[in-house]
Amino acid sequence: MALVHDVLIIGGGGAGLRAAIAAAELDPRLDIAVVSKVYPMRSHTVSAEGGAAAVIKPGDSLDAHAYDTISGGDWLSDQDAVEAFVREAPAEMLQLEHWGCPWSREPDGHVAVRPFGGMKLERTWFAADKTGFHMLHALFQTTLKYDSIRRYDEWFVTKILVDEGRCQGVVAIEVATGRIQAVLAKAVILCTGGCGKVFPYTTNASIKNGDGMALAYRAGAPLKDMEFVQYHPTGLPFTGILITEATRSEGGWLLNKDGYRYLQDYDLGKPEPKPVFRSMELGPRDRLSQAFVKEQEKGRTLVGPYGHYVHLDIRHLGQKLIDKKLPFVRELCLKYENIDPVKEMIPVRPVVHYMMGGIHTDIHGATSLAGLFAAGEVACVSINGANRLGSNSLTELLVFGARAGTAAAAFASQQRKPSPSVLAQAQDEERRLGERFLRKTGGTEKVAALRAEMQKTMEESAGIYRTASVLEEAARKLRKLQERFHDVSLEDRSYTFNTELIAVLELSYMLDVAEAIVHSALQRRESRGSHQRTDYPKRDDTQFLAHSLATRGENGSPRIEYLSVTITRWPPAQRVYGR
Amino acid sequence: MSPGTQYTPYHPKWYRRRMSVWWWLQNRSYVYFVLRELTSVFVGLCALLLLWHLRALVQGPEAHAHFLAQMRRPFFVGLNGVGLLFILFHTITWFNLTPKAMVVRLGGKRVPDWTIAGLNYVAWVLLSVAVAVVLLRG
Amino acid sequence: MPPSVTLAVTRYRPEQESEPTLQTYEVPFRKDWVVLDALNYIKDNLDGSLSFRWSCRMGVCGSCGMMVNGSPKLTCAAFLSDYLPGPIRVEPLNYFPIIRDLVVDMTDFMHKLKKVKPWIIRAQEKPLADGEYLQTPDQLEMYKQFSMCINCMLCYSACPVYGLEQSFIGPAAIALAQRYNLDSRDEAARERLEILSEHDGMWQCTFVGECSKVCPKNVDPAGAIQQLKLVGAVDWFRFLLPWGTR
Repeated sequence: MALVHDVLIIGGGGAGLRAAIAAAELDPRLDIAVVSKVYPMRSHTVSAEGGAAAVIKPGDSLDAHAYDTISGGDWLSDQDAVEAFVREAPAEMLQLEHWGCPWSREPDGHVAVRPFGGMKLERTWFAADKTGFHMLHALFQTTLKYDSIRRYDEWFVTKILVDEGRCQGVVAIEVATGRIQAVLAKAVILCTGGCGKVFPYTTNASIKNGDGMALAYRAGAPLKDMEFVQYHPTGLPFTGILITEATRSEGGWLLNKDGYRYLQDYDLGKPEPKPVFRSMELGPRDRLSQAFVKEQEKGRTLVGPYGHYVHLDIRHLGQKLIDKKLPFVRELCLKYENIDPVKEMIPVRPVVHYMMGGIHTDIHGATSLAGLFAAGEVACVSINGANRLGSNSLTELLVFGARAGTAAAAFASQQRKPSPSVLAQAQDEERRLGERFLRKTGGTEKVAALRAEMQKTMEESAGIYRTASVLEEAARKLRKLQERFHDVSLEDRSYTFNTELIAVLELSYMLDVAEAIVHSALQRRESRGSHQRTDYPKRDDTQFLAHSLATRGENGSPRIEYLSVTITRWPPAQRVYGR
Repeated sequence: MSPGTQYTPYHPKWYRRRMSVWWWLQNRSYVYFVLRELTSVFVGLCALLLLWHLRALVQGPEAHAHFLAQMRRPFFVGLNGVGLLFILFHTITWFNLTPKAMVVRLGGKRVPDWTIAGLNYVAWVLLSVAVAVVLLRG
Repeated sequence: MPPSVTLAVTRYRPEQESEPTLQTYEVPFRKDWVVLDALNYIKDNLDGSLSFRWSCRMGVCGSCGMMVNGSPKLTCAAFLSDYLPGPIRVEPLNYFPIIRDLVVDMTDFMHKLKKVKPWIIRAQEKPLADGEYLQTPDQLEMYKQFSMCINCMLCYSACPVYGLEQSFIGPAAIALAQRYNLDSRDEAARERLEILSEHDGMWQCTFVGECSKVCPKNVDPAGAIQQLKLVGAVDWFRFLLPWGTR
């Protein structure tokens, strides 16, 4: 027996829930379902701290937001998408206010906005320092009022079902019982978020394994701009907990193993006792990350149990200022890392933060496979181009979540019921999962070991600096890992809440995504935004003002093609930081 | 919930632990809680004693003298002593809990918990003093 | 500092066992390791079949609540160093049915969340074009605390009333109801009061107060429940009076 719905959403984070509501509002008769591998309020949207950008102040303008986004993205953003994005952003933020999101307020009761990195004006809506948390919970609680939205919590999707050239549902495991089940639908929206866990050091939660990207990729939909991976310069090495920029703007110092403020060696200004805007520790994020790599090459970083790191020192600010201005930073360090920044230096290093790339979609969230849509970090519309502007990602969830929800609902209402013939595919999938993992005999490879090797390979090759030889080597290593993956063996053979089975499936997704990243990075022989090639240090608009598209080839390796960027009103110019 | 997940809440294999009869000894706050609940028995006893006292008063001086004599017996002295301790415990714990139930705002700011609890104590002391004054004058 | 520490972890594999047992593991000790890190060490290096939930490892997703030495804790915020010399007992959250190892069934909790109607209800919706509902920082402050709940369910595991009476709607759900009742944009406080005044509602609470003590986000559900009881009691007395509102 199959479960059948009109619109099926995979992923219960910000984009997925927004899409569900959009579909439910468009047509209350539609039968909508949300499948999520975790309970929706566990989704990674919850971790976002900073805020969400949308123009609201009288002095601001949509064009200014669009320009900041496009220049921040080093002109790889599709400008029609950006224009739609900035235009719809304010209404989306207001909508969330109407749904109860506790946005921070001005004394007169209006929503408060603040400036954020890369913006000239106050444009970032925030809910104290827990913006993502409040947005997610407001959205989740709002979905509860729609009886037409059903949820499959803790169901893990293993395959997208395609028949007659159209997406007709998925196969999923109900984790609690191990039951494998086809969930059919007239339209499917992927909202599974990013894939930070492909890398060893990341702010991303453990559930960010590129599931949706790999699912679409295997179903034949290409992945776009996968080489663009955003780093944050100051994360904690082991946990990836992000130490906000505010720590540095209050006067924190980055020190190498000799206690030396090393940024002065990288054309980032001279060390002053007081923080200077756009100089030293307040330089652009990517330049700070790049300086770390150079320090590491010179052997001037520290080495701990979790690899290389430097120190972020705020001790000289004193307990009083730290408790007044940076209470959240101190709380994070004390509660989750057992470090008191009042007395100790904080170990930090650049950590992977965000994937600009994702499933190639049009401006409505439609992928190249009919009936399959995508929104949020899993998708690449693309508004983020080669580098995402801070506080655009939360807004993107809402704007494109809503767009995808509406488009998928409209698509679904014109389709016939899913054909029962896909059920045969679902049975094959059930057999595959049993034979490959649960009932498999032999096999020597362990999930944790393969995962660690993949992450190390990615950090070394597709990290902050890339170069052809290392990327080629990484591509070979990943192929090898794919082969070794066939020899993986599970210790856990039970059907009930088998987290090892989920981990192995996540690893298989990550391996696919990792290959797409490495091949896309290898083919892009220029430096743009977050993609820095030491062998091609310049931006090359004649050849590469284009999106890369990675399609899964016959042997499993990706094939890279290019798609031109949509330019409407802002011709490519020099990218200038921080203004 | 979807039809597919409906059976999970009552899945036969899910294991449910039985709660021990001694659950309230598992940690200190549970013990305090049970003691606080127990204070109601003594509050009730005091009320009964008071009623008995009133009845004796109504019945005349002889009955009242008999009542007072009864009260001097070690059993009642002991009972009253233990009762007093429990009533003090009752009063203090409930006073300390009042701020949880009563959120008072003045000029948009929440009045701090200790003020609310403190006001209860002040009222208690004032009332006790008033009662003492009446009794001692009489 | 010791080189290693012992964890005694609940194992329950319903396909093989009829009831849970404790299994011990020896894990390296590190100052910056929390109980969750030790569990991950076990899963990656010692025993791949150990099941537990986790995600953000920074105390905001609410996945990793377990009993540590008998108290409900977010294991991502429970340092091994606070439980030395060990052994450290790690068990699934109290009072919930155990699905497997350290994983509990939270379906009941999800139903209860929905029951209190945790969304903005108004007689008249304001069109988006008219902008936001005004709400001063003081008005925001009224419900802010109750909006911080991460649904980690530690409070249910601390509540003997829930342990004894599974139908009790419980601390987090009531706090969430109060969060919306106190929101100046909402108009359904009475509707929720009626839901909470039902047999399984707030009157089941005997004010043990442990829910507020174990809450990792200082939500104070016990406070929310007592506030609601006060509102409910006042409401009932009004009903008794001849000039009452009903």
